[in-house]
Amino acid sequence: MAAAPVGLEALREELHLARAGGYCAFEGWVRETNEGREVRGLAYESYEPLALTEGQAILDEAHERFEISEAVAMHRTGSLKVGDVAVWIGVSAPHRDAAFRACRYIIDQIKARLPVWKKEHYCDGDTQWVACHHTHGLEENSGDGECHGHHHP
Amino acid sequence: MPRIDLEYFAQLGEEAGRRHETRVTDATTAAALYDELRGEYGFSLASERMRVAINTAFRPWNETLADGDVVVFIPPVTGG
Repeated sequence: MAAAPVGLEALREELHLARAGGYCAFEGWVRETNEGREVRGLAYESYEPLALTEGQAILDEAHERFEISEAVAMHRTGSLKVGDVAVWIGVSAPHRDAAFRACRYIIDQIKARLPVWKKEHYCDGDTQWVACHHTHGLEENSGDGECHGHHHP
Repeated sequence: MPRIDLEYFAQLGEEAGRRHETRVTDATTAAALYDELRGEYGFSLASERMRVAINTAFRPWNETLADGDVVVFIPPVTGG
């Protein structure tokens, strides 16, 4: 959990091990629109002690499920603007299939389980906490399309 | 009656108008405590849409509360 931008090269270096044959990464960015509204920026709030233990549990699960060498995940908190890196996942492995699959697993679980909340700031001056339709999510592959804005002035 | 420390996040913090409080309550479970708070603050979220963390771990809603517990209600998460 990072309150300020993190050097991604340093995260990548943690993965660059002799036993690994490669790595793949997923980088999530702040997008300029959501649900048709123009987004100026957003703020992430987290329950950090639980986010850290839950995040570590997700990485441990990835190690159990896939033949990977190392996995690193970073999630931003605080204020971000369009284009900023909000989340970064990197996984190295002896072979690429495990790296791709573990990377997908980690980002999906982060979106479903990590106690982090996004408040969008719109170009018209309004703000709102983004809310998801689905019940508190442990279902796999929860997608962006399931989220909508829930207005709280 | 147990004395409970509460932290509020996201829309719960805005609806409660505070980020944390310490409360002495009749509620014996996390579910009953949320019902009590919902009546007071008018939280828009039903407990069925949330999870609850007690002492920094996800726990069942019917968990019995103990004096000094730290309780955090977890709205639907929207990270990533």
